[in-house]
Amino acid sequence: MSEDGVVKKFMYVNRKSPYGTIYALESLEVVLITAAFDQDVSLTFTDDGVYQLMKGQQTEGIGMKNFSSTYSALGDYEINKIFIDKESLEERGLSLSDLQELVWEDEDEDYAEKSSINLVSRAELSEIMNNQDVVLSF
Amino acid sequence: MSLEVNGKQYEVDEEGYLANLNDWDTDVANKMAEIDGAPLEENHWEVINFLREYYEEYQIAPAVRVLTKQIGKKLGKDKGNSKYLYELFPYGPAKQACKYAGLPKPTGCV
Repeated sequence: MSEDGVVKKFMYVNRKSPYGTIYALESLEVVLITAAFDQDVSLTFTDDGVYQLMKGQQTEGIGMKNFSSTYSALGDYEINKIFIDKESLEERGLSLSDLQELVWEDEDEDYAEKSSINLVSRAELSEIMNNQDVVLSF
Repeated sequence: MSLEVNGKQYEVDEEGYLANLNDWDTDVANKMAEIDGAPLEENHWEVINFLREYYEEYQIAPAVRVLTKQIGKKLGKDKGNSKYLYELFPYGPAKQACKYAGLPKPTGCV
């Protein structure tokens, strides 16, 4: 619990590919900071943002740090609501099997690993966004 | 700023964190601890080594809450609590242990 007991629902909406701009990395940093303050955090990957979770990223050629493995730490930060926009994947000829598997450990069930990833339609996503206190777009 | 270890200069920031991750070795860690006045022992190394492995895998230094939980899972409940970790690293387990481990200051570090 945060000190004054106020927990807000924060959704971070990731819309851009991982390395062309600083948005993806900045979003990830802010997400980790928000989680450290015990807020209810969820992430959405939509538009080119779905590329952020692609498996097998290689960044040597562009001289950038490959931060894709950091998404696997989200479970440790108790961030286990990851929404992937189904239409955005389809428009890019991708499917869930092209993306990293992200899991969290349920302490109440002897640390059983559970998937954090939810594939949702845009209509469902719009509904989920409506239920947030704060939506931040990156 | 720089830190001298075995006659070699290492670049550090104003808080004493290594500028280059790859500069790290155990002598650097021991030197930092010596300067802070508390030599490293086996219990410190368990945490420092854990942090280096965590960074290797996830490319981040974990926040103190995550560190505490993961240490508990890995080294046992008697070590996975703030009291134990603060006794080892009185300047803050994540901050101080990350410094000795040659990692950047943890994201969301409080």
